[in-house]
Amino acid sequence: MGGGVEEWTQERTLEKPANQLDLSEEELNEEITRILTSNNPHAPQNIVRYTYKERTYKPMSTVDQLAVHCVLEGNLIHKDSDEARSQRAQQGLIKVYYCNPGEEAVEMVEGEGGVNEEMGDEESNVRKERKLKNQFNFWDRGSQTLNNPLRCTMYDVYTEELQLQEKNKEKQRTQSSKEDKRETKLVPTETQSDDISKLARVSTNMERMVVQNIFDDIAQDFQYFEDSADEFSEGGTLLPLWKFHYSKAKRLSVTSLCWNQKYQDLFGVGLGSYDFTKQGSGMLLLYTVKNCTFPQYIFSTDSSVMCLDIHTKMSYLVAVGFYDGCVAVYNLKLKTMLPTHKSSVLSGKHTDPVWQVRWQKDDMDNHHNFFSVSSDGRVVSWTLIKVLKEYVYIRYTLSLKRLDASTHLCGRCIDFHKEFDNMFLLGTEEGKIHKSSKAYSNHLIQTYNAHNMAVEAVRWNHFHPRVFISCSYDWTVKIWDHTVPTPMFTFDLNAAVGDVSWAPYSSTVFAAVTSDGKVHVFDLNTNKYKALCQQLVVAKDTSQLTHIEFNPVHPIIIVGDDHGYINCFKLSPNLRKKPKVSLLTLSGFPVK
Amino acid sequence: MSVEETIKRIQSQKGVQGIIIVNAEVLICNAGIPIKTTLDNSNTVHYAGLIHQLVMKARSTVREIDPQNDLTFLRVRSKKNEIMIAPDKDYFLIVIQNPSE
Repeated sequence: MGGGVEEWTQERTLEKPANQLDLSEEELNEEITRILTSNNPHAPQNIVRYTYKERTYKPMSTVDQLAVHCVLEGNLIHKDSDEARSQRAQQGLIKVYYCNPGEEAVEMVEGEGGVNEEMGDEESNVRKERKLKNQFNFWDRGSQTLNNPLRCTMYDVYTEELQLQEKNKEKQRTQSSKEDKRETKLVPTETQSDDISKLARVSTNMERMVVQNIFDDIAQDFQYFEDSADEFSEGGTLLPLWKFHYSKAKRLSVTSLCWNQKYQDLFGVGLGSYDFTKQGSGMLLLYTVKNCTFPQYIFSTDSSVMCLDIHTKMSYLVAVGFYDGCVAVYNLKLKTMLPTHKSSVLSGKHTDPVWQVRWQKDDMDNHHNFFSVSSDGRVVSWTLIKVLKEYVYIRYTLSLKRLDASTHLCGRCIDFHKEFDNMFLLGTEEGKIHKSSKAYSNHLIQTYNAHNMAVEAVRWNHFHPRVFISCSYDWTVKIWDHTVPTPMFTFDLNAAVGDVSWAPYSSTVFAAVTSDGKVHVFDLNTNKYKALCQQLVVAKDTSQLTHIEFNPVHPIIIVGDDHGYINCFKLSPNLRKKPKVSLLTLSGFPVK
Repeated sequence: MSVEETIKRIQSQKGVQGIIIVNAEVLICNAGIPIKTTLDNSNTVHYAGLIHQLVMKARSTVREIDPQNDLTFLRVRSKKNEIMIAPDKDYFLIVIQNPSE
């Protein structure tokens, strides 16, 4: 027994491990302090940051010492937060009122009664809930797909919206006013069987561009060429520009020409035959100088077209007179080949060829009307009247002109005074010119013994109110003052004169065409006795020139011949001189 | 005047080398589909694809400057010939012409 205790009381010797550090006595007695800190031993101690100011890396003094051991996301939200409020509002337990900032927000619980509402002195605003932004209900511009859209796409979308809105409005309107039957235009619904029929406008543009490339030099001449030889001589020249010819109009002669006043590159050509024995079909063509290879509008007619006139204001209305005595009105806006209105035996057509038609100003009821002259002795005024809602037809109103039975008036040409619309001149086949008025039915104011053969053309001067010009197959061109019974000037052109026309820019310039293929241009201001220009424009023996017209704005003329060709010429500067003296002083009338 | 006749007339004009009508809708390969052409197939597809991009760029340029404006015609003149492009809402009409011929 004593042995175990003895073992215990024996001094226990320390056992040293083999690799224990050997320290000296002083070192063993050294006191070492141990500190307890809250530093995270895993936190890095040598983080450096780049400073742009000093452009170096500098060590950061403070390093985050937080060590996260465990994170658990909970689903509790504070009762005053937005989301909590919205939840409660949705559940409908509590009506929530927001007051202005600075006052206490008071909640009133519905279920409890008798709770005072402390709203504060001011009224509270009930505001719409602010939109909550979380990852499911959050969007801004940056997260949208289309950033920086083109202005044009935005514009397109807006215009579409606008159109939809307007359509809706119209639908509502038409629904409300279904009872009163309005004029509903029948819009032709073309079923586009051909894919490319939409390209009509585009293809006409393209054709004009191609033609412009081909006839580029002519277009340049038209715009820019000025004959410099005119400085050295008194006379002028005609520069040939475009030639217009339609292949199907080979055997027809040009019977009338007319420029469109609104679209000054467009002109109308009436084709037919002057020969009594060779009457066949006729054509009405409209060309534009932008495309000289093919006409813009083609209308085929049964009978020769003898005359045409394009309305000055409604530039899509073309009045046409035929050899068989009918008159017709074509509407260029419609895509039909037929005239919109045509006279017939019942409506009082002429019994002889219609030699001239002229549009007049709209009458008092705003109806369009025109006059026609025929060798059956009648001057007829036609009015387009709308009867019933859509039906439009020609009605023959009055105006018969007849002398006593012995002398029968065979009108060949007519022209209305520019200023006094009522007064007009009528040239006849006997060679006389009669001055009369629309107001008088049977009475003639004055008669001029003008020519020995039929009067081909009679025209009032554009500027001078008393002057008019006439021409005839008796080789002469005569200029008159309507107060004087004899002509002021007589020009002998050595060949039958087919047509004469005043220039729109000067009161003293006029041009005439003769059957020997020459164009004569006169300027009475420069030379009273001789033509400034007498130019052969077609082959002498084969063609005769029939008509001539000046363009209203451009310095060009068109000349038609009896083979269906239309030639366009540019006037040289000497032929384009405008009068320097104001005509206001001469006659008291304003210059146009 | 029908479109067919007009296009025949254009084809018969002096110097015209080819006419292509391209559908303006864009395919995945970013080119229009040629509908009608007078050139051979490979050239047509080539022209159609390249010109389509050019027209889109030109059109967006014009409309960016003024949204109410729109492109009506485009002419590309080069040493050897001239390419004329007339865009429509749904189609382009392309004509290649050598004007000096």
